[in-house]
Amino acid sequence: MLRRTAIARTSALRSLATYSTPESVLPKKYGGRYTVTLIPGDGIGKEITDSVKTIFKSQNVPIDWETVDVSGVDETGHGVAEAVESLKRNKVGLKGILFTPTGSSGKSLNVALRKELDIYASLVLIKNIPGVKSRLDGIDFALVRENTEGEYSGLEHQSYPGVVESLKIMTRFKSERIAKFAFDFAKKNNRKLVTAIHKANIMKLGDGLFRQTVKDVGQSYSGIEVNDLIVDNASMQAVAKPQQFDVLVTPNLYGSILSNIGAALIGGPGLVPGANFGREYAVFEPGCRHVGLDIKGQNTANPTAMILSSAMLLRHLGLNEFADKISDATYATIAEGKVRTKDIGGTSSTTEFTDAIVEKLNA
Amino acid sequence: MYRQLARSSPIVPRFTRSYIAGQFTGKKNPNGKYTVTLIEGDGIGVEISQAVKDIYAAAKVPIEWEPVDVTPLLIDGKTTLPQAAVYSVNKNLVALKGPLATPVGKGHTSMNLTLRRTFNLFANVRPCKSIVGYDTPYENVDTVLIRENTEGEYSGIEHTIVPGVVQSIKLITRPASEKVIRYAFEYAKSINKPHVLVVHKASIMKLSDGLFVNTAKEVGKEYPDIKLDFELLDNTSLKLTADPADYKNVVMVMPNLYGDIMSDLSSGLIGGLGLTPSGNMGNKVSIFEAVHGSAPDIAGKGLANPTALLLSSCMMLRHMSLNADADKIENAVLKTIASGPENRTGDLHGTASTSHFTEQVIKNL
Repeated sequence: MLRRTAIARTSALRSLATYSTPESVLPKKYGGRYTVTLIPGDGIGKEITDSVKTIFKSQNVPIDWETVDVSGVDETGHGVAEAVESLKRNKVGLKGILFTPTGSSGKSLNVALRKELDIYASLVLIKNIPGVKSRLDGIDFALVRENTEGEYSGLEHQSYPGVVESLKIMTRFKSERIAKFAFDFAKKNNRKLVTAIHKANIMKLGDGLFRQTVKDVGQSYSGIEVNDLIVDNASMQAVAKPQQFDVLVTPNLYGSILSNIGAALIGGPGLVPGANFGREYAVFEPGCRHVGLDIKGQNTANPTAMILSSAMLLRHLGLNEFADKISDATYATIAEGKVRTKDIGGTSSTTEFTDAIVEKLNA
Repeated sequence: MYRQLARSSPIVPRFTRSYIAGQFTGKKNPNGKYTVTLIEGDGIGVEISQAVKDIYAAAKVPIEWEPVDVTPLLIDGKTTLPQAAVYSVNKNLVALKGPLATPVGKGHTSMNLTLRRTFNLFANVRPCKSIVGYDTPYENVDTVLIRENTEGEYSGIEHTIVPGVVQSIKLITRPASEKVIRYAFEYAKSINKPHVLVVHKASIMKLSDGLFVNTAKEVGKEYPDIKLDFELLDNTSLKLTADPADYKNVVMVMPNLYGDIMSDLSSGLIGGLGLTPSGNMGNKVSIFEAVHGSAPDIAGKGLANPTALLLSSCMMLRHMSLNADADKIENAVLKTIASGPENRTGDLHGTASTSHFTEQVIKNL
């Protein structure tokens, strides 16, 4: 009986997923202006979101920010409920990274937020930025990472003192929808190859399910090639020959590792934009999820990742002209090389960098 | 009576013992040489094993090789090694292994897994050092990674709960974590890099990686002169790719899956598996191996690169405290590779054959 209800529930969920109407999931526009939830986050979050606010204000972008303060530092987890409420209302959000303490208390608020809103797909774009020196060139790949299950299920127990089990859950439903997201993304952006990253030679059932699902979903997309790579080999290839990657689709943990490798390849976590998509909500945050507590308050953080993520947000809302202007100005400022933050070899502060971009926009 | 129990000392770690797991305790045989089991392997294994034997003979290393065959047998449905091989390794305490091919769909499990289970190889040590003469975009790489080899995500405990929902269990236990961490501290002491870095993801997996971290803290107390640090996996992958030179003076230790990925990442930084040595430590037995594949396409053609097997054998010599011989052979190999493309094999963009490379190494001894 349990089996039947489980299957019935899954198919009910699936039917909900297929038949929701477009109008109910689009962000609301009041008086020509969008309201967007802003979660500054911990560490450098406030500084880089201020940077975005400054740029948007200077360009009169029709966005009103609804700021919600959530912090992971004090381990109480308050503010998450408020943030979820706000996002449910506004449907779109810009978010800094919340700190997760490495102690026995304090769950990851980032993960909790994503699970609560079922924001299942994380998209990270890794591309060489002209003007930033990196060891390898010609890198241009997108990493699609499953955000809600896998190793991050948070289900652990101590069966016996000194013996701990941590459960990694893989489901066909979630593997299928992340695969579909990856292929749809590939199709819309003229990508030719989707690679599934897994460890199915060891975790035959779990990652085997993921790998098989990606292959099956790939059958319905003609014109896009599918292949797969074991995660340790993928890491090796990523540092030696990352030019071979086009779109990578990964379960939760491997995506985390590969996004960090990718960020390091192109010049650091301050440069990588990211976005998280669910069926109804979209939250934009820097792709490489580092809190930056050690450089908090020093005005040295690189806001590029947040600015480019906000450009992705503008595109999501359909404000393409603003998006193009802002991202072009950002790339131009970096390429010029006169004003750069510390992580890419310069000496400017966050505010100086932001001002340089505003100047370029107004020029 | 109860008061007595309450006052009794806290549970002492079960593994305080007179020997520390993973140390070499072998003795020379009557000829004055150590006997080492040699598993030649498949494909190019035969050629590169021959290269090793030739170089060792020329260097007059006090080692006698005992070749064994590890073609597995299916006994009671379980893949087992032939008795002769098991006896040999248990007697000699050290083995050198070439690449083994795992035939697909043949009914027996991976050979590496079988070896690991038979000899209880709990730690995998992988040093990665930049090879002069083979340039990669990353300079000055000199990392050492110790990976827990028996449990973690690779326990193989999986089940389908309902169709479409699979649960894989990641198992972390205190005894296994303690063993590998203690080995890491001892190793750090022996190679004079008194800094151990534990890489984990305890922010997300609080109980399991948390146990690993706490065990490390406890073991760390017994080694006050070795610095102990912790780092999140994300940060390690980021920093290792961005600037591998930062990890020069650290010994990294991590659970199974992270170790697998990070050790292959480090191999990628120096140029691939064809240049990387690796050692597997058991309680008393150690097996040193070349981690590359058996390359069936170039088998028998005399083009194979024996560097990985040679460097692994040097690791083996150091483990047996034959440091002078290890240095001699390692320096000869590195000198040969650095000397020019005419002395390097095809995979290093050179033109030498296996035998030419071997001759050059012997010359450079």
